[in-house]
Amino acid sequence: MRFFDPMRIFDPHIHMTSRTTDDYRNMHAVGVRAVVEPAFWLGQPRTGLSSFTDYFDSLIGWERFRASQFGISHNCTIALNPKEANDPRCVEVLDVLPRYLGKDGVVAVGEIGYDSMTRAEDEAFVRQLALAVEHGLPVLVHTPHRDKKAGAARTLDVVRESGADPGAVLVDHLNEVTAPMVADSGCWLGFSIYPDTKMDEHRMVALLKEYGTARILVNSAADWGRSDPLKTYRVGQAMLAAGFTPAEVDTVLWQNPVDFYSRSGHLMLDEDISADAEVVSFAGNSVLRGGS
Amino acid sequence: MPYQEEHPWLVTGVHGGSSVAILQAPENGWPAGAERRIRERPAAIHKEFPLAGQAVGRVPVQPETDPQGLVFGTVDDQARARLLAVLAEVLPAGALETEVERLYRHGDDAERRGVLRALSLLPDSSVRLGLELVADGLRTNDPRLIAAAMGPFAAEHLDQAQWRQGVVKCLFAGVTLSAVADLVARTDSELLRMARDLAEERRAAGREISPDLRALLGMTVLMALVPPRAEDDRR
Repeated sequence: MRFFDPMRIFDPHIHMTSRTTDDYRNMHAVGVRAVVEPAFWLGQPRTGLSSFTDYFDSLIGWERFRASQFGISHNCTIALNPKEANDPRCVEVLDVLPRYLGKDGVVAVGEIGYDSMTRAEDEAFVRQLALAVEHGLPVLVHTPHRDKKAGAARTLDVVRESGADPGAVLVDHLNEVTAPMVADSGCWLGFSIYPDTKMDEHRMVALLKEYGTARILVNSAADWGRSDPLKTYRVGQAMLAAGFTPAEVDTVLWQNPVDFYSRSGHLMLDEDISADAEVVSFAGNSVLRGGS
Repeated sequence: MPYQEEHPWLVTGVHGGSSVAILQAPENGWPAGAERRIRERPAAIHKEFPLAGQAVGRVPVQPETDPQGLVFGTVDDQARARLLAVLAEVLPAGALETEVERLYRHGDDAERRGVLRALSLLPDSSVRLGLELVADGLRTNDPRLIAAAMGPFAAEHLDQAQWRQGVVKCLFAGVTLSAVADLVARTDSELLRMARDLAEERRAAGREISPDLRALLGMTVLMALVPPRAEDDRR
């Protein structure tokens, strides 16, 4: 017996390393079948290169296995994050990034961008955008939590100057204030749905009504802080309640992340996912047929 | 507790997302091209090695009898083994081990598995490195790495104490003992004692005895007369 409406979900930004196996189980129960885990800060600052490489190795090794046990395909993005770009002990990680960027399941360079908008962050951002262009990978750009509007504007300037195709750039953690400029830039729009801060599912639905479903990704960005790995599912529920069709929900929660990260050529999805939550045409509407 | 519930990956599959439809193969005839490029310039293996899964897929070699690819490996394991065999032909001892170690240490789960499964193809100069990598693989909790570590190289080179620990690790991790090369030849009375103790612990806890553990216990009758091998005995 299913307690939830069938829905297939791809969470395009979630830090599973910080989550429990119960989370994996609950995510699978509501329809999550794929995730992307961006490399980021761990809360406790790192002090050297090997802390980064051990972390990256777990993203392309142990975490992938952990997810597979719960029927979830795990992919990741690799980068030096903006916060630690300011620590000279960590900057040498930029030299080892290329060895990760050709690997299966490494679907973008990210999270890169600004935290405090320092000179060191500028340098790491520009260098990693160039790496993404060189390796033909999409980019996941984090926008700062403080001074967000100015940070987002500066972010878009840097992206424009890098020569990266805006269609291969996802600008994340947006809200009502920063969404319009990103929509105008041609980049993809990412929204993180949080219990208290950032966005909630009802504001998200309002934005979807305004912007439509194209080029929009919704994520839980769940990590070691107060966050909820089922927020993507809640958005799906809120969309249905607001009158969006199941096909539109599928576009936002599945097809858009697949389209964006497929550009890498490295996206790994299990073969049975499409069979498990198959979209079938029913009475002129697409309905989602869930697995057991 | 049912045995399969302890190891959910036995049901969900662990050979990794292998949706060929989504992956773009780098080129047709990749295996031959990759082998040629490595012969011409051995360092090219660092670019080719990660591409194997995209190029040939990631499905088990014998999906019917070995759905997890733990016993016979996966098609990308086989492709990586061919690349390593070529590398061993073109690089002298010393240089070969440096590159193989880099491939493993810088590899993702599939690449590390590929190195472990190919160790028996490498020359004697690689035995010391191979022992280090097998020990690394056996320290993980990833059944694919554990299974790959207990292949023919381990059967030939692990000392008896390490080898027994590897077998028991398989039992703990849910890895079928079919993945252990030369199981019958290397089993000694000490391993059977360890297996009996494990079974006793599981019975006391009300946990199911796996078919593999049951089969190993079945060997007790025949093997109990075999004296334990010395701890440093490698064969």
